[in-house]
Amino acid sequence: MSKLTPILSAHWDEKDSFTIEAYTRNGGYKASQKALAMDPDAVIQLVKDSGLRGRGGAGFPTGMKWGFIPQGDNKDHYLVVNADESEPGTCKDMPLLMANPHVLIEGCIIACHAIRAKNGFIYIRGEVTHIVRRLNQAIEDAYKAGHLGNGIDLVLHVGAGAYICGEETALLDSLEGFRGQPRLRPPFPAIAGLYARPTVVNNVESISAVPAIINNGADWYQSMGTEKSKGATLYSLSGHVNNPGQFEAPLGITLREILELAGGIRTGHTLKFWTPGGSSTPIFTQDHLDTPLDYEGVAAAGSMLGTKALQIFDETTCIVRAVLRWTEFYKHESCGKCTPCREGTWWLVQILRDLEAGKGNEADLAKLLDLCDNILGRSFCALGDGATSPITSSIKYFRDEYIAHITQGGCPFDPVASTLFVGAGA
Amino acid sequence: MTTAEIVDMITVVIDGFEVSVPKGTLVIRAAEQLGIQIPRFCDHPLLDPVGACRQCLVDIEINGRAFPKPQASCTIPVEPGMIVKTQLTSAVADKAQKGVMELLLINHPLDCPVCDKGGECPLQNQALSSGHSESRFQGVKRTFEKPINISSQVLLDRERCVLCARCTRFSEQIASDPFITLNERGALQQVGIYEKQPFTSYFSGNVVQICPVGALTGASYRFRARPFDLVSTPSACEHCASGCDMRTDVRRGKTLRRLAGEDASVNEEWNCDKGRWAFKYVTAVDRLAHPQVRNSDGELVQASWPEALAAAAAGLKASHAAVLVGGRATHEDAYGYSKFARVALSTNDIDFRSRISSDEEREFLAARVVGSKTTYLDIDRADHVVLVGFEPEEESPIVFLRLNKQFRKRALKVTSIGSKLSIGVEKLKGEFVKVAPGQEANAVAGLPLTAKSVILVGERASESAGVLTAVAALADSTSAKIAWIPRRAGERGALEAGAIGNLLPGGRPVADASARVDIAALWGAPSLPAAVGRTNDEIYSAVNSGDIGALLVGGVDPLDGINGAAALAALDKAFVVSLEIAPSEVTQRADVILPVAAITEKSGSFLNWEGRARSFDAAVDDSLNRSDLRILSMIAEEMGTSLNLGTVTAAAKEIASLGTWDGARATLKSTSASKAATLKENEFILTSWRRLLDLGTLQKGEENLAGTARQTVAVISPQRAATLSVVDGDRLKISTSIGSVTLSALVEDIHDDAIWAPRNSRGSQLLVNLGAAHGAVVTVVKI
Repeated sequence: MSKLTPILSAHWDEKDSFTIEAYTRNGGYKASQKALAMDPDAVIQLVKDSGLRGRGGAGFPTGMKWGFIPQGDNKDHYLVVNADESEPGTCKDMPLLMANPHVLIEGCIIACHAIRAKNGFIYIRGEVTHIVRRLNQAIEDAYKAGHLGNGIDLVLHVGAGAYICGEETALLDSLEGFRGQPRLRPPFPAIAGLYARPTVVNNVESISAVPAIINNGADWYQSMGTEKSKGATLYSLSGHVNNPGQFEAPLGITLREILELAGGIRTGHTLKFWTPGGSSTPIFTQDHLDTPLDYEGVAAAGSMLGTKALQIFDETTCIVRAVLRWTEFYKHESCGKCTPCREGTWWLVQILRDLEAGKGNEADLAKLLDLCDNILGRSFCALGDGATSPITSSIKYFRDEYIAHITQGGCPFDPVASTLFVGAGA
Repeated sequence: MTTAEIVDMITVVIDGFEVSVPKGTLVIRAAEQLGIQIPRFCDHPLLDPVGACRQCLVDIEINGRAFPKPQASCTIPVEPGMIVKTQLTSAVADKAQKGVMELLLINHPLDCPVCDKGGECPLQNQALSSGHSESRFQGVKRTFEKPINISSQVLLDRERCVLCARCTRFSEQIASDPFITLNERGALQQVGIYEKQPFTSYFSGNVVQICPVGALTGASYRFRARPFDLVSTPSACEHCASGCDMRTDVRRGKTLRRLAGEDASVNEEWNCDKGRWAFKYVTAVDRLAHPQVRNSDGELVQASWPEALAAAAAGLKASHAAVLVGGRATHEDAYGYSKFARVALSTNDIDFRSRISSDEEREFLAARVVGSKTTYLDIDRADHVVLVGFEPEEESPIVFLRLNKQFRKRALKVTSIGSKLSIGVEKLKGEFVKVAPGQEANAVAGLPLTAKSVILVGERASESAGVLTAVAALADSTSAKIAWIPRRAGERGALEAGAIGNLLPGGRPVADASARVDIAALWGAPSLPAAVGRTNDEIYSAVNSGDIGALLVGGVDPLDGINGAAALAALDKAFVVSLEIAPSEVTQRADVILPVAAITEKSGSFLNWEGRARSFDAAVDDSLNRSDLRILSMIAEEMGTSLNLGTVTAAAKEIASLGTWDGARATLKSTSASKAATLKENEFILTSWRRLLDLGTLQKGEENLAGTARQTVAVISPQRAATLSVVDGDRLKISTSIGSVTLSALVEDIHDDAIWAPRNSRGSQLLVNLGAAHGAVVTVVKI
């Protein structure tokens, strides 16, 4: 029996899966009807009981987050959905919204009801215009069908393409029309979020998981996953694998199992390193093939489950080159607010470029690690922390390869060998 | 803070030492209480915490639970059971701080030897105290084109910037002028201005002062001096009645810059751009250096001091003389003029109000203002502040900052009574009670105030009949406090010193015989003149009618009044002794000119609008110029009397010995408001005020400052604009029987009957051009 548990992705293979007709045909918008008839606190309790945890990376219990919203405070409450999926390697929310936008809308209706919000906002990254169109259409259809507009309104806000806006407080600033930079906490969004009102910020996948929980109950959701990581989730597999894509499976599945489902590593090659949850999570190697991919399992092995973005690299990949590319991303995306991230990423890139070009020396490795130590935990938000993960973890596992660049005066790899077009001829 | 306010104290341990601080205190400030200096850049006690620079990282545990990583001590308030370890006791904090410092320096240029900030630079200082001695950075530094103007007076060197956001936070949180902001991201983040809105804040100089590096510099000071070559003297600002504490930096006898001083109860750490940058008039080339006497050919010629003093004394003795003293005199100088009038000239004909004034105002000052004690603290605690004839941002900028602070902190309610909604009142989201110019009195009556309310009355309240009567009545019926806020720095001091016809020093009414005996005894004079003295306008008329033959004039611009022609005629006619710093309409007509010291060249004090003494020493100690007081003493000696006021210290001592007047106060006769005028289609009622930055004589010679003055426009209401088919930018000719001005139109929120123009700006000098400023009917034609 397959290890897969398609819930969100159950109907992705239907030609019209994204339409309101298909969604309704497959039982959609029943959960919201059921939830709207329930007491909001009962909805929160049900989500709490299900064990659903945030799918955006941090894994914070969703129901508990909802429960933080002060009730009876006579203030407007807001739901904000973080659809600013920008982490290198992460590709779960965008396919989900492409194939099944209504599950998010239904989730929003339920969440708004639970936290007593009349308005929900979906903040989506600016580059994905095709998904913006699809989601807009879906929202319009939901209004026409009367699911929205009867006490709960939903606004789609398109960001301007900044990774930092995936950080929830930067997202709120951006949503309010300011430059996206993280806010000082406290106050936390649950107390003073969007427009200084109590706000829940949830990932697309977290909210999308809610309709099924309402329909099938907490026990059903609890039946999947591991002791502390309940339910199923979308693992997105990319890189040197034969059959990349999204795999919806219970938490706790291992990479070895997923690779089997994905047809294995690129034929003729072997796994060298991989990220469990996007580029901000320390890399893993072959030794971690059997690490259970749940919050606790990955943490115990020294990384983070993150967004479950499994980027697979085979032995043709130069670790220094890969790490440099990621670091260039962080330098480009650093918002500039705090010193360690802003200046640190600027410096890290220069050292890594020298190392890749064979112009570095062993002292540079020590400097690199010390620099990472001065950035990790010293930055304003997690962006700076994330920038150090690939560097420190790669030096941990592949120090020899760094040294090889130094001793050989350049990169020992043929960059073409790692491409998908290798062997295709000029 | 009164002792009645109960403050929760929290005890924490920092580096092994216990300290108790009020609840809400940030860790970085609690450490300061112990003398532990945690390095910082973005932190500023008067700005909201931001935690951006990460320089102040410390290790913290609360009740045994340690934070997993070092925390920014500028963002975390103390909590019970907190144990803090700074760089002094925690290796982790120390390494974190050194690491951040190293990162701050990788992109910072090593141009300290040519940087204005070098020698007084928090980055330089803290790099030495908290940084590595050598850099490990061998890469390429970020560079920018340098410098760029963010205004005519503020320059930005972006590569020096550490992006602490102090300047942008100041502009937004303190001045409410968010005209600068951080642009771009990552290492390319930079301070920027908006494309269409220039950085025309009246408070922009503060960003130069609080910049912790040399990124923001003042155009007028850039490359002029090294801080260690400057001699600094605490001083007070002479530009308005706010009473800012200042620092004057002098090199070789020349003032090179002035900075805001620190006084928590007055200006906190801020000042306005005029106070900061308008000081070149002191070193202007046309400063008067020698006495001059008009010879028998009617020409002014240079004279020796004994010659000039003798001529002055003879002229003042020859006929009845009066005294006109401007609002810029120090408290001591004004006291000198006051005493000189009574003792040497035996007259009460003295008036410090060299501007539009009224009898109602003189009575109001005697009845309600002299000796009164409304303060900034009353604004801090007010439930409602009413502005009458007063635009705080233009006329007393620190009062504006204080109102703004309370507005931002607790939405202080502000009501402004006037004809035109100002930018300042808009920023305070004030309630705007719109009346036709001249009809303010009716709007004052019946305002719902309480004993916690404060009525801030400007000097322009005297320009409409009945306003001050209404203010006094409102204060009586509601127990609200009154504060009178004149524009000029010396007016409150001059009032207390009795440089006005109805009051002797210390608020003693001239009309009160026991008050006269009081002062006569103190001065050792047989008696003092009993008749209440003439006002400004009356003095000029008396000269023109032949009742007064001589004038002693100090720091007066005769064109500041409504009837400039009469004033000039009087100056032409009378024997005039002029005490001045620079050539003026008065010196041109004077018979004796005696040069006096400018503010930086003498000591003394101003009484700000609160009546609080703001004393200062001479910043330039080798000046040959003497204070007005000293010269008055010399003239008196020459006239055969003695003021016994040889020095500023002697005057200050004598003022202190005056004591307070416990006799009856003068009373205020009721004045009623004038009737509203009926207007033809092209007629308007003029209203105006002086802008902070305008053609004021003390702003002479500072072009960079003038560059940020607000635009000269004539403002009319949308309804009248429609009737006259006027749109923004059209040229409007405003005329009276005296003359006209032609200005660019701006259609804004103003009373339909009113037209507003700046009183003394480039192209719009209303008193001279129109002989009118407020309440007069003018004709307006679109051209």
